[in-house]
Amino acid sequence: MTRPSPRKPPPEAHEIRPAVEAKDFSFWYGKNQALKRVSLQMPDRQVTALIGPSGCGKSTFLRSINRMNDLIPGIQHEGDITLDGDSVYRADQDVVALRKRVGMVFQKSNPFPKSIYENVAYGARVNRITSSRSELDELVERSLRQAALWDEVRDRLHSSALGLSGGQQQRLCIARALAVSPRVLLMDEPASALDPIATQKIEELVYELKEDYTIVIVTHNMQQAARVSDRTAFFFMGELIEVGRTEEIFTNPKVEQTEAYITGRFG
Amino acid sequence: MTTIALHRRRILFSRLMLTLTGIAAFVVVVPLLLIFYYLVTAGAQALNLDFFTQLPAPAGEAGGGMANALLGTFLLVFYAGLMGIPIAVGAGVYLAEAGNTKLGTFVRFIADVMNGTPSIVTGIFVWAWVVLMMGRFSLLAGSVALAVMLLPMVTRTTEEMVRLVPRELKEGGMALGFTRWRTTLGVVLPAARSGILTGILVALARIAGETAPLLFTAFGNPFWEWRLNEPISALPLLIYQYAISPYDDWHRQAWAAALVLIGLVLAISLVARFLIRNPYR
Ligand SMILES: Nc1ncnc2c1ncn2[C@@H]1O[C@H](COP(=O)(O)OP(=O)(O)OP(=O)(O)O)[C@@H](O)[C@H]1O
Ligand SMILES: [Mg+2]
Repeated sequence: MTRPSPRKPPPEAHEIRPAVEAKDFSFWYGKNQALKRVSLQMPDRQVTALIGPSGCGKSTFLRSINRMNDLIPGIQHEGDITLDGDSVYRADQDVVALRKRVGMVFQKSNPFPKSIYENVAYGARVNRITSSRSELDELVERSLRQAALWDEVRDRLHSSALGLSGGQQQRLCIARALAVSPRVLLMDEPASALDPIATQKIEELVYELKEDYTIVIVTHNMQQAARVSDRTAFFFMGELIEVGRTEEIFTNPKVEQTEAYITGRFG
Repeated sequence: MTTIALHRRRILFSRLMLTLTGIAAFVVVVPLLLIFYYLVTAGAQALNLDFFTQLPAPAGEAGGGMANALLGTFLLVFYAGLMGIPIAVGAGVYLAEAGNTKLGTFVRFIADVMNGTPSIVTGIFVWAWVVLMMGRFSLLAGSVALAVMLLPMVTRTTEEMVRLVPRELKEGGMALGFTRWRTTLGVVLPAARSGILTGILVALARIAGETAPLLFTAFGNPFWEWRLNEPISALPLLIYQYAISPYDDWHRQAWAAALVLIGLVLAISLVARFLIRNPYR
C-alpha cells in the first residue's frame, strides 16, 4: 500500500473553477497607471499569494476586488473582475453587498474602538445576519475560534479591543471579517507588523481557513508565500509577470524577473 | 573656532533658549494665578449659603444671593447646548466627510468668520431677529445667542476630530459591507467621541461666561424664572451689573460670582482633560 504523499501538489488553476477572476484589468490613479491588463484566476478554496516589489500594484489589485478604491477620487479602470462569474464592475453592482461577500484584512490592524465582543458582533448585527442574543453569542464564539483567538479572550470579551496586543488585534480583525460569512478573504500583508510567533499563528490560520474560504494574500515575505499559498502571482510595475503553482514559482520560475525577485537580487 | 568652543556655544545657546521659553511659559500662567488670587481674597468672604440659595437683595441693601442667576446660567447653557450641539456635530461631520464640496468650503469659511465675530455683534443680531420678533427679552433669545456662539466652535472641533480618525478604521467598516453613513455613525463617530465631547465641553465653558450676547437677549431678572419666554438672570449679567454699582456689598458679591463662574469653567475644563486622557471610554 502506498501512503499518500504528505503534500499533494495543488491542482492547476483551470482544474478548479475560479472564485475570483481578473480579465485584462487595468487601473489608473488619475494619470498614473497602477495596473496593466492583469489577467489572473484565483481558484476556489485556494490561497493565492501576490508578491512583488513595493509599488508594483499588489494592494491596488487586492482593493480592486472589493472596490475599496472607489473611495479615491480620480480613479479609472478597464477590463473586469468577476466573483463567481458575476462582474464586480457591472454598472448596477451593489458595492455594499459585494463587500459583504469579499472580506478584507488590512496591513495595520484596525479594530473598532469597541469591546472585543462588539467588534465581531457589530458587523453581523448591521448586516442583519442575526440579532438574537444567543445566536450572536454563538457567532462571536465561532468566529473567534476560527481566528484562533477564543482561548485568549474568552474571559474578557467585554473589555476594549484596543487593549489587545498587535497580533491579537489582527486576529480579531480576521474574526470580524469571518463573522459576516464572506466568500472570499483578502489579506494585505496581514502579518507585516507582527512578531514571528504571531505571524506563525496567522499563517496557520490562513492554512486552515482555505477549507472554507478563497483567500488572496499580499506578502513581502517569500517564505510566507511559499508556506501558506497554493498559487503565487508575481507582479512587477503594474504587470502580472508570472503566475503558477507556488512550488513551481519558487523552484522553477519561467521568467528571469521572477527568479531575480525571489532570490533577492532586486526588490 | 575649536570644536570644544563650538560645543560650549551650543550648550549655552540651548540653555538660553530653554530659559527664555520657560519664562514665556510662566508668564502665560501668571494672569490665571493672579485672577485666582484676587477672586479668592475679594470674593471668598461673600461666598456663603445665602449666595447659592437667596435672590438678590434690593439695590443698596446688604445680603441676598445669586441663586436665580445660577439657575439662569444653567438653563441658558442647557438650552443653547440642546439647540446648538446636534446641529454643530452634524455640520462638523459633514465638513469632515464631504467638506470638499462648494457647500463645505462655504460653511467652513462662514464658521471661521462666526468664530471671530465679536460676541456683542451676535447679541445685537439675536436681538434683531428673536427679541424684536417675540416682542420681549427671554431665556429663549439668550439661549439662541449662546447657541450661535457655540455653533462654529463645535462645528470646527468636530470636523478636526473626525478628520483625525485613521482612514484604515473607516475602511474597516466599509470592507464589512457597511454603508457610508453607517460607517460614519457606527465606526468613525465613536472613535472621535472623546475629542468631540472635549470640544463640546470647552465650548460650553466658553459660553457659560459670555456677557455681551446676553445683554439684550436674556436681559436679566431679579426674580426666579425658568420659562422660555421670560427674561432671565445669568451670572455674567449680575457680575456686570453689580460691578458697576456703587455698593461695596454688591462689589463683594460680584467677586464671589466671578469666583463661582471661573470655578465652573475650571471644573468643566478638568472633565475635558480627563476625557482626553481616556480616548476610548
Ligand atoms: N491612493 C493613491 N493615489 C494615487 N496613487 C496611488 C494610490 N495608492 C497607490 N498609488 C500608486 O499606485 C502604485 C501601486 O501602489 P500599490 O499600493 O498598489 O503598491 P503595492 O504593490 O501594494 O506596494 P507595497 O508593497 O509598498 O504595499 C504606486 O505607484 C503608488 O504610488
Ligand atoms: Mg501594498
